[in-house]
Amino acid sequence: MSEKIKVVICSGTACFVMGASDILLLEESLSPELRSRVEIEGATCLGMCRESERGKAPYVTINGELMSQATLPKVLARIQELVDA
Amino acid sequence: MLNINNGASKLKREILVRLAKLQLEGNLEDGVHYIPREMAPRNADPFRCCVYHDREVLRMRVIARLGHSVEDYDDEKKLAEYAREALAREKPTEPMLTVLDEACNACVRAHYMVTNACQACVARPCMMNCPKKCIEITGGRAHIDPEACVNCGLCMQNCPYHAIIKIPVPCEEACPVGAISKDENGKERIDYDKCTFCGACMRECPFGAMMDKSQLIDVIKKLMDGKKVVAMYAPAIAAQFRAQGGQLEAAFAKAGFAKTYEVAVGADITADKEAHEFEERMDRGDVLMTTSCCPAYVRAVHIHVPELNSCVSDTRSPMHYTAALARQNDPDAVTVFIGPCLAKRKEGIDDPNVDYVLSAEDVGALFVAKGIDIGECEPVVLDIIPTTSGRNFARSGGVAEAVRVRVKNPDRLRPAVINGLDAAGMKQLALYGKAAAEGKPCEANLVEVMACHGGCIAGPSVITNAKVAAIQLEKYAATGKK
Repeated sequence: MSEKIKVVICSGTACFVMGASDILLLEESLSPELRSRVEIEGATCLGMCRESERGKAPYVTINGELMSQATLPKVLARIQELVDA
Repeated sequence: MLNINNGASKLKREILVRLAKLQLEGNLEDGVHYIPREMAPRNADPFRCCVYHDREVLRMRVIARLGHSVEDYDDEKKLAEYAREALAREKPTEPMLTVLDEACNACVRAHYMVTNACQACVARPCMMNCPKKCIEITGGRAHIDPEACVNCGLCMQNCPYHAIIKIPVPCEEACPVGAISKDENGKERIDYDKCTFCGACMRECPFGAMMDKSQLIDVIKKLMDGKKVVAMYAPAIAAQFRAQGGQLEAAFAKAGFAKTYEVAVGADITADKEAHEFEERMDRGDVLMTTSCCPAYVRAVHIHVPELNSCVSDTRSPMHYTAALARQNDPDAVTVFIGPCLAKRKEGIDDPNVDYVLSAEDVGALFVAKGIDIGECEPVVLDIIPTTSGRNFARSGGVAEAVRVRVKNPDRLRPAVINGLDAAGMKQLALYGKAAAEGKPCEANLVEVMACHGGCIAGPSVITNAKVAAIQLEKYAATGKK
């Protein structure tokens, strides 16, 4: 698998209030081998917080797949899963 | 140090958002009753024994977010009644902290424990070094007699297997002035004659049992009553959100504030006066001068290092000068300071020009409840641009630097920084106190002290981790006046 895993971290106000800043430390938390496999993007509000069926902030998308109540360990675990698959 | 974004702090912020939404809908008194049930639904995995216990603890958290102390908690009294009292309140109440002792039961008194890594070795350094002879080896493991143990820790220090650990009480361990201890029932009590309101206990308690009392309800009420309310935000607040210059001002306007001041404007006044005062003091032969903008530090000196009292600069804090300016411009306006700090809540209650103090968490919740996304706000043009050094008051070293760039002869200045008033910081402070009492010159003649490690950007009521906040502060400061 050579394509990069794309992680979009919402940095909107609602996500920041619920701790999104921690997820912005993703890059430094990745092992060197994973770092080359992941593309990280900070985004302005993705608008997910306005739709209650989307779960709770903070939001991250990984290869387009939405994760609600995201935390750094949850994001790292999902990246590892995708790499292992 | 406990991460600022943890399960307990997220509960707190969720409650704030829910309360703010209800209040803005005009539904606080009716709706508040359902918050514990909605946050701990029947099918949820409970934190404690069951969801009913979780709900009862959530009730107490709601009461603190409504700005009440939970010490006189009454489980018969309806949340609606607490909400009504909050809405009728004219002023915030002291003390600034309240302890959810229902959560404290989880912490036993600090003690040392032998783990199963113990090898019951032949050397037995734990026994040999114990001054109270309270360790014996039975069943292939060392045992500490809790009655005789004095918690000296020598057994732990001497065990070659690292088999003995200290089980601390996190809030007591975090308190740099020994203001927290357990009473006879095992509940934590704060001695307010010793407490400096640094907020370290609040940040470090893994159960979120040390709580500040929010004033958000009071401020939203003023906004909804159509009062002219002005926001004064600390430089550390600019580092809490992803915002470009002018966007925070736009967000405050959207939230209903009539006018917004950067407290960095007051920081410039503080720095000007402090530079002047430093020169005066050196001319008259003072040994050293310390900064005075951190209220937890100033209180720590008054209570715990009185020898240093005369060295604390007489210059007032950036909040004070900003609030004086706001009051002068609009004598009838309600003034609201917004910062990352618990001690500012105390400084605010004592300053007639400051009506309310909100935290980063409070104001973040207000934005969320109003559906305001700062990044989407159209930036407004600022009428006053503070200096880079004024905006840098929010980080450790920033205040000393602001003074340094202002004194006429910077070579005369020998700055030192106490970055965080933990136990080590308090020791350093005591050394300066000793030097001052003896009139002996020391290496430094300007000492900057911040109670929080890293400065205000790492305060106890922030929402952004300190690393990201430091980067955001740098960007904010860079656009200041040179």
